[in-house]
Amino acid sequence: MSALARGRRWVIPAPLASVAGLIGVIARRPVGLLGLIGVGSFVGLAFIGPLFVPLHNTVDIANVYRTPSFANPLGTDFQGRDVLNQIVYGGRDILSVAFLAAFFSTAVAVTFGSLAATVGGKVDTIVLAVADIVLTVPQLVVLIVVAAIFRPEGFFILALLLASLQWAGLLRQIRAQILSLKEREYIEAARSLDLGLFHIIFREMLPNMASYVAIHFIFAMTGAVYAQVGLIVLGLVPLSGANWGVMLYLAQSQGALYFSDSFWYILSPILAISLFQLSLVALATGLEDVFNPRLRAGS
Amino acid sequence: MATVIPAEEALTTRIMARERLGSLWRHPILRAVLKAALTILAATTITFVLIRLLPGNPIDLRIEELTRNGSITYEEAREQVATIYPIDLDKPIPEQYLTYLANVMRGDLGKSFLSSSVSVTSIILAVLPWTLFAVGTGLLLSFAVGIGLGLLAAYWRGSFFDQAVSTLGSIISSVPNYLVAILIVLIFGVQLQIIPITEMRGAYSAGIQPGFNLDFIGDVLFHASLPITVFFLTHIGHWILSMRNATLATLEEDYVVAARARGLRDSRITTAYVGRNAALPLVTQLAISIGFVVGGAVLVEQIFLYQGVGLRLLRAVAQRDYPVMQGILLLVTVSVVVANLAADLIYSKLDPRIGHAS
Repeated sequence: MSALARGRRWVIPAPLASVAGLIGVIARRPVGLLGLIGVGSFVGLAFIGPLFVPLHNTVDIANVYRTPSFANPLGTDFQGRDVLNQIVYGGRDILSVAFLAAFFSTAVAVTFGSLAATVGGKVDTIVLAVADIVLTVPQLVVLIVVAAIFRPEGFFILALLLASLQWAGLLRQIRAQILSLKEREYIEAARSLDLGLFHIIFREMLPNMASYVAIHFIFAMTGAVYAQVGLIVLGLVPLSGANWGVMLYLAQSQGALYFSDSFWYILSPILAISLFQLSLVALATGLEDVFNPRLRAGS
Repeated sequence: MATVIPAEEALTTRIMARERLGSLWRHPILRAVLKAALTILAATTITFVLIRLLPGNPIDLRIEELTRNGSITYEEAREQVATIYPIDLDKPIPEQYLTYLANVMRGDLGKSFLSSSVSVTSIILAVLPWTLFAVGTGLLLSFAVGIGLGLLAAYWRGSFFDQAVSTLGSIISSVPNYLVAILIVLIFGVQLQIIPITEMRGAYSAGIQPGFNLDFIGDVLFHASLPITVFFLTHIGHWILSMRNATLATLEEDYVVAARARGLRDSRITTAYVGRNAALPLVTQLAISIGFVVGGAVLVEQIFLYQGVGLRLLRAVAQRDYPVMQGILLLVTVSVVVANLAADLIYSKLDPRIGHAS
């Protein structure tokens, strides 16, 4: 770790070994460990949980707005359905869309950011101008209007829509990073060896920015969760089935929000979403701690 | 010889002219203004594409809707739609685009779908100030308090204060603002019944007369207090953490070490040397975040039923009132762009290194 901090050149190890090593390093600090555990449990809850917990979505009018009990640990909703069951089933779509959106926006940002920085000139000016425009546009307002006109169906489309407004900030940062990397000796060496643009970007530069990209990937996920759940809570994404956002949408549209017995039913999806966001941020902070020791508290 | 000199002179003036143009472009203030104009143009173009060009766009849909039952002809339907949108549907698409641009620049955003006598501009102007007031107040408060706390946290790095402030800051800033709003309603409004959430709806109370008097201002603050609280809470963490990091970086700068060596008072170093330099880059961030907050305000306003742009936008969405939707999108973008421009100008005033074309 200290060797990394001193800016030692990376010898790229086998990908798996490096991922395992990285996880080990992150887990050494409490924030990183918390983030790892949090993100891990949510992924487990959303993707493995449904395999073990049978789906209960039958309406039971006799058991509406039940407070937590042994049978319903988090109570029941306005139709008497178990809340915990909905929490287990309601994360998969949100996590998938967030991951896809972060993937798309990171891919665009990395490709065009590194292209703009390495090619420079007119390409740089144009890419930067487009990014600046996208950065200024109020994202959620655009998303609401676009979603209202073309109801985005299916989570691939939703992820693309979210990503289309998210890449600009990351692109600017990637570009700035590459501009500073460009001056390093080993890049000059690669250029004088005439290794080609593709090789220089993908083999020499990006491996040195892997941590940086990873941190921003995580932040892109938090942004995608924010915008996505926002759209769902407003009822602008036609979704069916269990989903934390849909739970909140229904709670609001059914007036459950103002009904004092519905406390646990509303609190549960709020906690699930907030804790997932917190875990992501903790994980990103853990990564930052590892790669940017200057920010570390108390050392 | 005599024929050569003018040619040389012409060449040098041409080079000089080009250099002057180049330095104009390099001039940060002019560049900021140009960038703002370009952004507004782009936003206008995007709304045109959205409502006119894409398949299934509102204009085609509306015409189809009107002609479906056969009571009016295609031409009549087109005419009817043309009175609502600031677009001349009889011309080819490029010309439609130009007339649309010209109309929008004059402030003509069309009419509401629901009543063709109400202009979109008047609808938006009635609600925009409330949103800007709530968002602006919340954001500026969080900025001022967050900068102070972040500076202190950096000075007492590693102390209990630092740990508490940084941890709380990062926790609260990762919770989405609309969830904070729902939590406030859920806990303080419904469970504990401390906050009279139903009385606080709207931008001001129904009986009160708008005017510049204490009663009205107090009432406006009462109604805006919940949105302001949410914007304050959800942004303060970001300012604390950014300011803390910026201050830590600044503390290591040579001029701070030199100021210490010169024996300057600590309070002077903290404010004039460290604080000012660390806070500078955050001013631009403040401008950028205004865009996010105005967008995010939609949900917060809906939860508190605060009569701002966001709530109006959602009403337009529910009524499928496309001209109003598109108008709000444009006007919010313009206000964000203007805020960004203002920040650029303030920044060049605060930082003497910027603002002088070199």
